[in-house]
Amino acid sequence: MHLLVCGGTGCRASASDSIIEKLKSEITAKGLQDEVQVIMTGCFGFCEKGPIVKILPDNTFYTQVKPDDAAEIVAEHVIKGRKVNRLLYVDPENKEHVSDSKHMGFYRKQIRIALRNCGFINPENIDEAIARDAYQALGKVLAEYKPAETIDIIKKSGLRGRGGGGFPTGLKWEIASKNKADQKYVVCNADEGDPGAFMDRSVLEGDPHTVLEAMAICGYCIGATQGLIYIRAEYPLAIKRLKIAIEQAHEYGLLGKNIMGSGFDFDITLRYGAGAFVCGEETALIHSMEGLRGEPTNKPPFPAESGFLNKPTNVNNVETFASIPVIILKGSEWFASIGTEKSKGTKVFALAGKINNVGLIEVPMGTTLREVIFEIGGGIKNGKKFKAVQTGGPSGGCLTEKHLDTPIDFDNLIAAGSMMGSGGMIVMDEDDCMVSVAKFFLDFTVEESCGKCAPCRIGNKRLFELLERITKGEGTMEDLERLQNLCKVIKDTALCGLGQTSPNPILSTMDNFYNEYLAHVNDKKCPAGQCKSLMKYVIDPEACVGCTACARNCPVNAISGERKKPHLIDTAICIKCGACIEKCKFNAISIK
Amino acid sequence: MSHIKVELKKEQVAKLKEICKSFNNEAGELINVLHKSQETFGYLPAEVQEIIAKELNISVAKVYGVVTFYSFFTMLPKGQHPISICTGTACYVRGAEKVLDEFKRILEVKVGETTPDGKFSLSCLRCVGACGLAPVVSVGEKIYGRVSPDGVKDILKEYE
Amino acid sequence: METIKLTIDNRPVEVPVGTTVYKAAKTLGIDIPVLCYMDLHDLGIENKPAGCRICIVEIEGRRNLAPSCSTACANGMVVKTHTTRVINARRTVMELILSDHPKDCLTCPKSGRCELQDMAVKLGIRNIPGQEYAEMSTYKKDFSPSIIRDVDKCIMCRRCETMCNDFQTVGALSAVNRGFMSVVAPAFEQDLEKSPCTYCGQCVAVCPTGALTEVDHTPKVIRALADPTKTVIVQTAPAVRAALGEEFGLEPGTSVTGKMVAALRQLGFDYIFDTDFAADLTIMEEGTELLTRLGKHLSGDKSVKLPILTSCCPGWVGFFEHNYSDMLDVPSTAKSPQQMFGAIAKTYFAEKMGKKREELVVVSVMPCLAKKFECQRDEFKVDGNPDVDYSISTRELAHLIKEFNVRFNELPDEDFDRPLGESTGASIIFGATGGVIEAATRTAYELHTGKKLERLDFTELRGMEGIRSATIDFNGLPINIGIAHGLGNARKLLDEVRLGKTNYHAIEIMACPGGCIGGGGQPLHHGDTSILKARTKAIYAEDTGKTIRKSHENPYIIKLYEEFLGKPMSEKAHHLLHTHYFDKSKKDIFI
Repeated sequence: MHLLVCGGTGCRASASDSIIEKLKSEITAKGLQDEVQVIMTGCFGFCEKGPIVKILPDNTFYTQVKPDDAAEIVAEHVIKGRKVNRLLYVDPENKEHVSDSKHMGFYRKQIRIALRNCGFINPENIDEAIARDAYQALGKVLAEYKPAETIDIIKKSGLRGRGGGGFPTGLKWEIASKNKADQKYVVCNADEGDPGAFMDRSVLEGDPHTVLEAMAICGYCIGATQGLIYIRAEYPLAIKRLKIAIEQAHEYGLLGKNIMGSGFDFDITLRYGAGAFVCGEETALIHSMEGLRGEPTNKPPFPAESGFLNKPTNVNNVETFASIPVIILKGSEWFASIGTEKSKGTKVFALAGKINNVGLIEVPMGTTLREVIFEIGGGIKNGKKFKAVQTGGPSGGCLTEKHLDTPIDFDNLIAAGSMMGSGGMIVMDEDDCMVSVAKFFLDFTVEESCGKCAPCRIGNKRLFELLERITKGEGTMEDLERLQNLCKVIKDTALCGLGQTSPNPILSTMDNFYNEYLAHVNDKKCPAGQCKSLMKYVIDPEACVGCTACARNCPVNAISGERKKPHLIDTAICIKCGACIEKCKFNAISIK
Repeated sequence: MSHIKVELKKEQVAKLKEICKSFNNEAGELINVLHKSQETFGYLPAEVQEIIAKELNISVAKVYGVVTFYSFFTMLPKGQHPISICTGTACYVRGAEKVLDEFKRILEVKVGETTPDGKFSLSCLRCVGACGLAPVVSVGEKIYGRVSPDGVKDILKEYE
Repeated sequence: METIKLTIDNRPVEVPVGTTVYKAAKTLGIDIPVLCYMDLHDLGIENKPAGCRICIVEIEGRRNLAPSCSTACANGMVVKTHTTRVINARRTVMELILSDHPKDCLTCPKSGRCELQDMAVKLGIRNIPGQEYAEMSTYKKDFSPSIIRDVDKCIMCRRCETMCNDFQTVGALSAVNRGFMSVVAPAFEQDLEKSPCTYCGQCVAVCPTGALTEVDHTPKVIRALADPTKTVIVQTAPAVRAALGEEFGLEPGTSVTGKMVAALRQLGFDYIFDTDFAADLTIMEEGTELLTRLGKHLSGDKSVKLPILTSCCPGWVGFFEHNYSDMLDVPSTAKSPQQMFGAIAKTYFAEKMGKKREELVVVSVMPCLAKKFECQRDEFKVDGNPDVDYSISTRELAHLIKEFNVRFNELPDEDFDRPLGESTGASIIFGATGGVIEAATRTAYELHTGKKLERLDFTELRGMEGIRSATIDFNGLPINIGIAHGLGNARKLLDEVRLGKTNYHAIEIMACPGGCIGGGGQPLHHGDTSILKARTKAIYAEDTGKTIRKSHENPYIIKLYEEFLGKPMSEKAHHLLHTHYFDKSKKDIFI
């Protein structure tokens, strides 16, 4: 019997470490340590219900497990074979307990390719990875295919880069393979910087070997013997597991000199990012790896011609690499049979925000937003109304009700005014002000702009200032016009992808929620009730009984009044935190 | 950036040189060297940057240019308990801003600052990848999920 | 050569492979505006960050506008440089740049020769939308002895960073911070004075805005000129006369020596002397030092260091004090001509006039900004009174002439005063790279061999190549000479010397490209290196035109030794004309 415990960051933050410890000590106490294994795996994806414990072979899927539940799981399930009902997932529709994840709405529509091993193996044990076919694709390529033949398989599969741009991966490899040089490099971009995206992290934490294997395959194809993984320093767990994986792969002769006796050498080292979103852009990433400021440079020349240390360099992101070994093993036809005409295979999304089932999902290209949000995601939290879904992170846009039936793929999302990006998907409800959302993203780009080109360095700051004026009720119609022109020019003139896409959150919200902008500008109102400057907290003297609950809970002492007499809010002091409304039992306080 | 004059001890200088040497004193390894140095010293005061520049044979201005480019590097010592509020999108839509405001109000510091007693420093970070727990706050190694403005006081109490 | 065919603004053009759209357009007479871009072709320096986005053009089939400065031409490319889309984008970007730039143009030191201002005029910018609430990035102002940094005006063109790092390898400046607050600054955003800056001024020479300017000494000069108790003496460096005319609209390469002297007289200087006189004196001292060291070396004295390095360039002196502190005994101990002049003026000449040194004010006109720093160094003061009081640049002199209502171009040619105004052709060529060593060779050869030189033009020592070398036959004794201009080139040469890989006897080093004619205080070349070549030509023409072309034949130099100094390297000469150097490698830069 195997007890799989999620060791992803989310679950670990909810004490999955001590769940493992307790399970182990319970099992040892019962003398079952030889029959029952407790394994820490990578992310199961269903973060909303974490920490997750899965029991094999019967596939029981326990949710929201606490360390104190360990004793019961061992005593009941392991020893007596009785499921602990209270830890099972409850179907929100029919209120029935669901034991196997296959039957949960969250998992039903998913197909896991990049995430195929996450939650199934102990990422710190190469044998478990090998048991699930790791390095078989590398072996096959080295034994059976020439580099050009391998590239052909990738080309035919239709795989496109999962980092955002969607450039055909096979073509990228082909270009790098054709450039002659004494040394070339394979770079894995693991600088996942989108706020609200954690796909790459989960792959690296849950199945690091698949990335190492794919990089070696890429090295074989383009003629590189050196690979580098550029990874965020903020991902200590992923770094640790990668280090272990590299070491183990070396021990097994799967990395290093003369891999599997083929004569092919390939080695991988780690380079750390240091908190600069722009380093997700490949030229900036390369400069960062060279020990410089992560400023992008004009393309062409592309990294495939002149990249790391001015040598031909192929850069792919984690998820792209994670798809490679399966394509080799199952064939390009199999992969190309999944997805839409121009976007093949699956895509991992980090589903978050005002949604019931926050988590990591992998769905075939062509799945609709409605399926993702309402079937997999379980709909909007607290029964609120769906308003928008933001895809593509700071480079993307907000999509609305009318886009819900759009099949998700690279081209459809762009046509709808957003983009795939790396796969962040943030759901918003009726309480979210779309001008504020745009401002949130611009705040991000202003902070993350490298400062090299004028449109991004100064333009984004000006966009942010304009949005700030609007959310403060100081905006004019002229500001809206200026906003639009600035967005257009920044997109048209900025040096790199960061600047060229930074106006997208504004443009898409202006497209889809122009009335909300108008309300801020003309009526000086925030329809979602989120813009503090546009609201005022008032106490209705008729309804107020003078219980003093509000005054006692006001953090800034803005409320005054005698006991049993109507209270008054001093709007000059009030910080609009909402604490009073929450405490008032008489619905006497409202936002005007 | 403000500067605090630091006297490096002989052992500290030796340690820094050792770090540089472990990366073959290569200029291209600057970022890795800075990571290691910050791990060792907690932050990167001017004096540390000077020694690194000398060892890697690059100008101090270039080192400073790199240190100020990356938000992970800091020239100010962090508080005893560094507090980070995740301001990723998922946390944002679930109210991270209000949580941040509450920390700022109680601690009376701005983002990037340390309380005068050196106990807490406040910073923001973008997505720790625990969106299921949004909004997320970390204090040192410990992660707090689903934090509400009301809960801020309780978190701080744990460290008093 | 393989070529590429494309059309720009509907006109076909054929260019070599690798040509940028910007350069291809130029061949058609289409001037696409550029701001950050700068091509110092002859120096092998191209600043091309593609950061300002002013040079954007529309290329058919491309989603975004492309920066023409860094986009290579491709076959069949269709380029448009002035569509509505381009014009709107270019203006909007310019408005953005200006929205983060101070609006004190009227009082800005760069006013009138500011590339940003010119661009605003060219693009017809009439207002900056939203300026009322636009936040500006502001920084501390930095006043060094030579250079003022007012980086509120920095537009991140990165030209200064390129010059300081790639060309000069000084490493005082770098882009720092990120995003809106990014700017070019010394380490820790400290003052230049606490950085390894040599004050060469090449950053100032290329700055398109008022972010980097020189410290203005003209108000002090004006006050001295008006002070009846002061005798004000001016000395002018050789390179000044070859460039000053440019400030008055004359062709680059026009020598204006006579007009300059006339103008200085109209400004009211009491004595118009020439730094060239002191250059001749430098040759006497440095040449003798070379021969002495050489003689000892040849006789087997291992304590004597060779090669000897010239020491007239204060930027270079600063550079080796910071970077080669282990080799402080290698450069000649001879002071620079500016300082030799000051020392002689405030002793020999003061005595002659029966004045105390405090009654004299010595002003130098220099192509250089490091001279401002040099003249205030403590070792060049006697009881706090500096040998040279103020040093103004060529640009400042031009301004002074204009402010004093002098119609420069119509001035008659006038002569320098004597005794300190007489000079030889050898001293004039100090202004160009290779000139000092050529002048030294003319004198050292004759002093060493006792023979008269047949050929005075050592063309093998001239040119614009960064590092040059030649062997001169001193009557059977081959003398190996090295020359470098630009501190990056100096570093290459010096690193070899440090490793003992060279066999040079003497090396001349100048900090600035082309030597003093390309100094940081010269009229701005705005990236046009042909101007430097024209100035060089003017310098050599002046030399050829002189009757006396060897320093040791300058009659007033001979007289100076007879009356006052005795002989070169005498005790008195040592006291007045030689200096020593300081180790600045460990200078504490953070206080």
